[in-house]
Amino acid sequence: MTPFPASQMIVGAIFLLCVVTTVVGALIAALTARIIRSVCGLAICCIGLAGLYYFLHSPFLALMEILIYVGAVCVTIVFAVMLAEPDEPVRDENAGATVLWGGLALLVSAAIFWGLWHLGAHQDWTAPATRLTDGSVKAIGYSLLTTYSMAFELISLALLVAIIGALAIARTGRTKP
Amino acid sequence: MNPSPLPDRPDIYLSVAALLLAIGIYGLLRRRTLIGMLISGELIFSAASLNLMAFNRFRAPDPVVGQIFVLFIMGLAAAEIAIALSIIIAVYRNYRSVKTRELSELNG
Repeated sequence: MTPFPASQMIVGAIFLLCVVTTVVGALIAALTARIIRSVCGLAICCIGLAGLYYFLHSPFLALMEILIYVGAVCVTIVFAVMLAEPDEPVRDENAGATVLWGGLALLVSAAIFWGLWHLGAHQDWTAPATRLTDGSVKAIGYSLLTTYSMAFELISLALLVAIIGALAIARTGRTKP
Repeated sequence: MNPSPLPDRPDIYLSVAALLLAIGIYGLLRRRTLIGMLISGELIFSAASLNLMAFNRFRAPDPVVGQIFVLFIMGLAAAEIAIALSIIIAVYRNYRSVKTRELSELNG
């Protein structure tokens, strides 16, 4: 059986598309002035991340990324954007200080990126000799219900507390009709 | 010349994760509204998840562990978003603003 012609190149192109989608989405999320575009950038970034998770041999996490981040988190933030008016204020006050602090923030993030990139790229990441499981959804299910059952129950409790807490906090201060 | 194909190189994933972390920190320092800072925080969460998944794929002997870890990160991020947005709504109701410059009552 001969492989599909240029399949390696097609896979590489799709991988590069995922990387570019992730980075461009993150840039849109961090740099635009209007918050609703920022939320859309977060959604684009999460779609790209889902593709990267797929390339990391985990289609389950790719599905969960789209389901939770794009489907739940972004929609919830959009609701908050509709309730508040969170657009960035126009930058008229004290332009010199704004440029100074912006440059400082850029310097900090560039230093962090350079350090981490240097650590990651100049290291010899050898693969382990043996794999204990195959990392499939079945293996994840077995592990969640045996080894990690305690953490699984605890995170459901944490989510319950978060829901009740969010309801209690958002309810205070509301005037009676 | 590196013989392995592009999706099988761990340094690319680690570089993308580092870039996401840097962009998230830049946004966290530059944003002037609470919701913008929250979105930048989500970018930092994503960077951590991608880093863990890259090590899970290329280094871990048991490939299930990293996936479960990232799943828990997603659950906690959802809980954090719910709490943070309800706090933002409460703040907006009290101050009529979510700009960080105007929320300075505890500043003294």
